[in-house]
Amino acid sequence: MRLPPRKGVTPMADITAVPGGVATDHGHAHGTNTGMSNEKVAMWAFLGSECLLFGALISTYLLYRGKSVSGPTPHKIYDIPYTSVSSFVLLMSSLTMVLALAAIQRGDSRRLRVWLLATALLGATFISGQVYEFTSFIREGLTIKTNLFGSSFFVLTGFHGVHVTLGIVMLLSLWNLSLRGKLPQEKAEVVEIAGLYWHFVDVVWIVIFTVVYLIPTK
Amino acid sequence: MATVLEPTTTDTDDVTPAAEPLLVRRPRSSTGFWSWFTTIDHKRIGVLYGITSFAFFLIGGFEALLIRLQLAQPNGRILSADAYNQVFTMHGTTMIFLVVMPLSAAFFNFIMPIQIGARDVAFPRLNAFSYWTFLLGALFINSSFIFGGAPNGGWFGYAPNTSITFSPGHNIDYWVFGLLFLGISSTVGAVNFITTILNLRAPGMTMFRMPAFTWMTLVSAFLLLFALPVITVALFLLMFDRLFGANFFNVAAGGNPLLWQHLFWLFGHPEVYILILPAMGIVSEVLPVFARKPLFGYPVVIVSGIAIGFMGWGVWVHHMFATGLGPVAISAFSISTMLIAVPTGVKIFNWIATMWGGSIRFRTAMLFAMGFVAMFTIGGLSGVTHAVSPHDRQQTDTYYVVAHFHYVLFGGALFGIMSGIYYWYPKVFGRMLDEKLGKAHFWTWLIGFNLTFGPMHFVGLAGMPRRIYTYSDGMGWNVYNMIETVGAFVIAFSVIIFLVNVYRTHRGPLGAPADPWDARTLEWSIQSPVPPYNFAEVPTVQSLDDWWHRKYTEDDRGRLVKLPEQPEPEALVDPSSVHMPSPSFFPLVASLGLPVIGYGMIYRAWFVAIIGAVITLSGLYAWAMEPSTEPHDEHDGGHGGHASPEPSAPEAPALAAAAPEGGDADG
Amino acid sequence: MRNRVSAAKRRVMFGVVAAVGLLATGCARQTFPQDPLHPEGPWADKIDRLWRIVFVPAAIIFFLVMFLVVYVAIRYRARSDDDAPVQTHGNIKLELTWTIIPFVLLLVIGVLTVQTVFEINTLPKKNVMPVTVTGHQWWWEFRYPTLGITTANELHIPTNKNINVTITSADVIHSFWPTELAGKVDAIPGRMNHLTLEAVHPGTYDGQCAEYCGLSHANMRLRVVAHSPSDFAAWARNQQKPATIPTGTSDEAVGAGLFKSKGCSGCHTINGYSAGQVGPNLTHLETRKVFAGAIFPLDDQHLTRWLRNPPAEKPMMPQNGLGMPNLKLTDQEIASLIAFLQTLH
Repeated sequence: MRLPPRKGVTPMADITAVPGGVATDHGHAHGTNTGMSNEKVAMWAFLGSECLLFGALISTYLLYRGKSVSGPTPHKIYDIPYTSVSSFVLLMSSLTMVLALAAIQRGDSRRLRVWLLATALLGATFISGQVYEFTSFIREGLTIKTNLFGSSFFVLTGFHGVHVTLGIVMLLSLWNLSLRGKLPQEKAEVVEIAGLYWHFVDVVWIVIFTVVYLIPTK
Repeated sequence: MATVLEPTTTDTDDVTPAAEPLLVRRPRSSTGFWSWFTTIDHKRIGVLYGITSFAFFLIGGFEALLIRLQLAQPNGRILSADAYNQVFTMHGTTMIFLVVMPLSAAFFNFIMPIQIGARDVAFPRLNAFSYWTFLLGALFINSSFIFGGAPNGGWFGYAPNTSITFSPGHNIDYWVFGLLFLGISSTVGAVNFITTILNLRAPGMTMFRMPAFTWMTLVSAFLLLFALPVITVALFLLMFDRLFGANFFNVAAGGNPLLWQHLFWLFGHPEVYILILPAMGIVSEVLPVFARKPLFGYPVVIVSGIAIGFMGWGVWVHHMFATGLGPVAISAFSISTMLIAVPTGVKIFNWIATMWGGSIRFRTAMLFAMGFVAMFTIGGLSGVTHAVSPHDRQQTDTYYVVAHFHYVLFGGALFGIMSGIYYWYPKVFGRMLDEKLGKAHFWTWLIGFNLTFGPMHFVGLAGMPRRIYTYSDGMGWNVYNMIETVGAFVIAFSVIIFLVNVYRTHRGPLGAPADPWDARTLEWSIQSPVPPYNFAEVPTVQSLDDWWHRKYTEDDRGRLVKLPEQPEPEALVDPSSVHMPSPSFFPLVASLGLPVIGYGMIYRAWFVAIIGAVITLSGLYAWAMEPSTEPHDEHDGGHGGHASPEPSAPEAPALAAAAPEGGDADG
Repeated sequence: MRNRVSAAKRRVMFGVVAAVGLLATGCARQTFPQDPLHPEGPWADKIDRLWRIVFVPAAIIFFLVMFLVVYVAIRYRARSDDDAPVQTHGNIKLELTWTIIPFVLLLVIGVLTVQTVFEINTLPKKNVMPVTVTGHQWWWEFRYPTLGITTANELHIPTNKNINVTITSADVIHSFWPTELAGKVDAIPGRMNHLTLEAVHPGTYDGQCAEYCGLSHANMRLRVVAHSPSDFAAWARNQQKPATIPTGTSDEAVGAGLFKSKGCSGCHTINGYSAGQVGPNLTHLETRKVFAGAIFPLDDQHLTRWLRNPPAEKPMMPQNGLGMPNLKLTDQEIASLIAFLQTLH
């Protein structure tokens, strides 16, 4: 329907105008306004939320740093070389994740599965490392109940560990789907979005490792 | 295209079953009682939210009446101290989390997609999950009344009072887990709404051609997204203290009670903007329609809303002015709190200017919107007096602040929501609420509200603290309290009038026109009630208030001129010719696991908690494996439009691909 | 100092002004024992001054907006269905006006606010007497570090002196609110907060805990009793003395014995006799007029009811260590105990 020209109103600048212009014959553009799929927008939004989650946990840790009244303190209990190795493992898993994405983008399902599995295994190695670290801390007398350090350390790294674990479940599901032929090249974005989550979890670990392990308490 | 039909209820076709049923065949029907449990239609979910939250409004209101009965006289004996502390805690928790937030969600759900010309939200099953989690969380937290006592730490649960030492028993545990579940519901809802608004607007609808209500939905959704994780952390810390002996709020171990307050209010302050911005959005829709003039200063109103959203993060310490934080912090937050009054005031003035020079029709929706402007202003002004932090040390924790927040939350949010209910009722239910009863409702509501909360300003500044289950004779507070109690019953009476109105309306026939108010936005271009597919043909938008501009133009003096060729509301088509996402069990299943986890954790029945986790995770996994639309529901040739592909689960990415035409990224 | 007449006049003005807008009670002025709008000392007055300044523009804006809403409703009501009002979209000048004017107004208020914040947060160094206030569930403990005195529920002070109060808590967060003498400050466990108060006239000034602290938050009152400096000195000298414990076979002596045998001494200190830390110091109980968190007058009838069953008189949870338990005393024991307590001048 043609409308008569409107007077006196300057439309605001087109922000995120529909790519490719207006309606098709069917009256509906198939794309999204931002040009990103719903899933990708949603993952970014969710990761934004997660930033605040980890931000609050890290802030709590920082607030209580050096304030424990008794019990083991960080420098007595940390094994920095050990944790550095497991951090490196997690970092490498981001590399394998990128390789997985590259594989599916060029249609190489076999390599996709190899790299997905590698990522999951590296993640699982990291988690095993954490489990070992936690149990050894507990044996040395640091539990969630012991002092402020114990509480804030286990809660912060525990939350991170749960996130990594859920990520591993996701990766294995994708691996399984690919095995059943349900993850073709056209669905590469699924792997990309999983990758976003995985890289986020990795970046959070870099922050945690720096703030919690590396920076010494005054 | 497709066949035009009379308005009827719809049914999906009878075709061959889905390709890979999991354990149970996927539901297909969108009619009948059981279809409500599997619906993923944003309109039905909106109705579910609306009805559920209204029921909790009655419960929270009943709790308020109990409070008022107890406080009507000094040394009241209606409620014991313990009972009172549970009632006031639950009144606050209910009204905020189980009433205003979900009532706003009801509108986000129903109205926002049709305002932007979409067929549904971006993730319909996630939407259903949000609702079920809300309902189950609400039932869970209220089940505490029969399982040993309801939460009694105040709606803001200050530590260390809520720690296990000072709150033995499970009351606070119910509060912690209940709020965690409600937080999940709102967070995934926020992700859904943000994605919908950013991605699914009709062609031509740029951001600054979106209706004001949709804008406020977007800002509120971002606030939810970023604020909820902070209270989630606070709740987890408290939970670990209570359940596992952690030390976060254990003063003897060096724990800092102020940590709770900072985390809580970092959430809590954006939360109050989450509570008010949707109502402000509603008022921004209603005033122009009933004044027959555009929203004055639309870009300014929108930008003010965005500014409030940003600035709302920088004021949280004003809830802590009496905690001894030191003059620098207190001064900074006094200033930031005063500054946030500026965009708020700007909106008030723009609303008044909208009415100025208009032609005002006093329908009930308009009365409530005008009531909002007046009552919210009062609340805003008492808020500004709070910002004067030295004097806030007299005002805080007294009935003066109770007056303030009831003026903004009831006088503001609830008036706005009521306006929205009367305004959009015909669109949602196909019937118009009665105007006479509506006006009776409005006036008794307005009078009752002011009788209840007006005197609180005085009695607070006469020294009456808040959260007290009784007070002595001879304090000078008796008359005020009695009037407030009378006022509360007047409100109750006005709610009864509303319920009678609803009842009578639903006894009457359908037949509301598509555009009964001669309104401005896209939702009025389709039939009332809205067909399942919303728009048979997704509209192309050429301006702000696009529907209005198809009806009217302006002469060279800017006066309204009716166009000779008036647009027809979109005719109905055969719903099966429009492909929509399919109903699903799994959102409900995934939700059901949550209260099981809650009960298991609270009673330290770890095995039960694990079962709950298994239920939720299986529900999520099955949801992930299920395509958003069943193959038999796909329709060939009829490119009436597609609902957008949606992800399988919050964390797991989508498995239902975009339809092969051209991929989704670039249209 | 503040003129009581103009304070009353100001209150009336406030009442009238607000009564128009709200359906106010319009009731006759009455005295409120805890009246934040009735400052009785310079520190409270500093705060009140800000209120008086802010209230005026707030009231003006209130009237303006109410007037505008009513005005547009009347002036711009629809006169016919075909009304075709001018479709104004906006006006930059108006937008700037109603942004800048409130901003400037708030700036002024802001500057005054910040000045006062720094004033009331600066502890005076001259003419001071320190007091430490500790909040307990559900009573107030007062210590005078320079005088060696510990009391409860009633804070006795000399007039015309800066009382530098250090505030903390022994359990949960409370809030110390001596309404007419100063704004409230929270009592937070693990933290020392500060406020200064000063009374100009001798008298009794009521206050109350103002942060929800559990079951009997409503019952945690306090009283500030201001004396002339000489009277205060006499009070202090008396408080510094230990108790004289009756001996022999009198009822009072029996009571003194019961005080220990029934376990009261485990929670209550009587200087020179017992050293319990959980409940209020009772050494000079009879110099106070109220007890149990300042909710009951200190007389026979109330003391008897209290000792019969404390949780029935004031909600508490002694089974969880919160508050005073029921010691299951006989009436005879109660009578003797009261006789003993009444010797504690």
